[in-house]
Amino acid sequence: MPPYAGPPAARPGDVAGVLRLLAYLILATALMVLDHRGGWLHAVRAQAEVAVQPLWWLAGLPSRLGTGLREDAVTRARLARDNEVLRNAMLILGARNARLQAAAAENARLRGLLASAERGRLDVQLAAILDIDLDPTRQRLVLDAGSGNGVRTGQAVIDAGGLMGQVIATTPTTATVLLITDPDHVVPAVVARSGVRLMVYGAGRTDELHAADVPLSADVRTGDVLLTSGMGGRFPPGFAIGVVQALRPDDSRAFLEGEVKPAAQLDRGRDVLLLRGYKPVVATKNASSPCLQGEIGRGCEARSAEPGATSAAPAKEQPLPNPPLPTQGREPQAEPAR
Amino acid sequence: MSRPRNGWVLPVSLLLALLLGLVPLPELLQPLRPYWLALVLAYWALEEPDRVGFGAAFLLGVIADLVFGGLLGEQAMRLTIMAFILDRFRARMRFFPLSQQALAIGVLLVNDRVVSAVIHLVLGAPQYPWAYWWAALLGMLLWVPLHLVLDALRLRRRG
Repeated sequence: MPPYAGPPAARPGDVAGVLRLLAYLILATALMVLDHRGGWLHAVRAQAEVAVQPLWWLAGLPSRLGTGLREDAVTRARLARDNEVLRNAMLILGARNARLQAAAAENARLRGLLASAERGRLDVQLAAILDIDLDPTRQRLVLDAGSGNGVRTGQAVIDAGGLMGQVIATTPTTATVLLITDPDHVVPAVVARSGVRLMVYGAGRTDELHAADVPLSADVRTGDVLLTSGMGGRFPPGFAIGVVQALRPDDSRAFLEGEVKPAAQLDRGRDVLLLRGYKPVVATKNASSPCLQGEIGRGCEARSAEPGATSAAPAKEQPLPNPPLPTQGREPQAEPAR
Repeated sequence: MSRPRNGWVLPVSLLLALLLGLVPLPELLQPLRPYWLALVLAYWALEEPDRVGFGAAFLLGVIADLVFGGLLGEQAMRLTIMAFILDRFRARMRFFPLSQQALAIGVLLVNDRVVSAVIHLVLGAPQYPWAYWWAALLGMLLWVPLHLVLDALRLRRRG
């Protein structure tokens, strides 16, 4: 090959060069078309790309090294600061998490309440508990809904488990609930299994009710579920009151006395449901509060003598005349509910 | 032509050019990446045509296509065309001063971009943005330092 170019005249070398160029150009074009069209060349190419992986790794090396150096150069102080920031973030998140858990628990409780409302297709009103008054002589709740919210005296109060009590007084913003466990409270009940009617008295304890004056021959057993009978018109029928835990002869030995575990969770939760659809039958002539114990009769008086102070309480706090319920367990002659 | 002693410079420089074409660059600088492979190939095609001919250019182009993940054969064609032109004008270019040589290389790089654009046009592939044409200018500016460095490496123990 001459190092110096001569005149650009056609020489054999030039022609050969052009031919070689053409050959390579055709080859390159063929490659391009094949690659563009796809097909078998793709497989070849995939294989070849595996072979050139090390080159890619090598090309990425400088930037990886740079990143590594930068990261190594991060000072202790920076790490400590990060650590502190992360610690604070963790504290905040932990607190937030705890709140979320509380919200989840509340959600589950509310869902339970709603489910109980759903079952009976009831028109209910949710009310939060403001104050709780639980002692052997007084079992009351104060709700943060009052007559201004449509709460009326006599409304039944339930929760997810069953009957809780009834509204006995309202102010524009609050309502007082007499729990079924109040010693002054009586609720007409019916045994779900046999239909036997009973009266269930409050005992002043949140975990216990008494079914008094059960005839010896009555078909009541331990484990029976007691429901509201609807008699007297104060409570709608069919709400769970409790489960009979034990039966034993009472003082007179003529009747049985039952120990009933309330179905409602009287000592738990922060919200209750007020039944709205049911209009309590209030006999204005002779009675308005059917379930107050003071007027009911012998059985009640006999029992209320035990707590001592309680027999005076109802008359003082509840200036309510006789209930329409003549129910005495054995001979209920109440007008049919609704 | 005497056989150069530092034979390793050729493959190493080509490999380096391949790597420089691969090194990740920021998005902004990406269009300005000079065509290192063409520059290095031009140097060797001018200085040692015995070792770097059409075949070498073609092979290098195929390898580059594989490595860069582009259309197979595109760079092979571009580099072959460049090698052919350099082969034609080698005798004259070798005796240009470096600045004029740089100008010629710049023209070659622009031509290379034209070839690339034509290939994309014919195959219906998407065109490079216009910013990529600046790479030819940058390649032209890089020619002088590249030439000096490669000369120094190649001829180090010669004298």
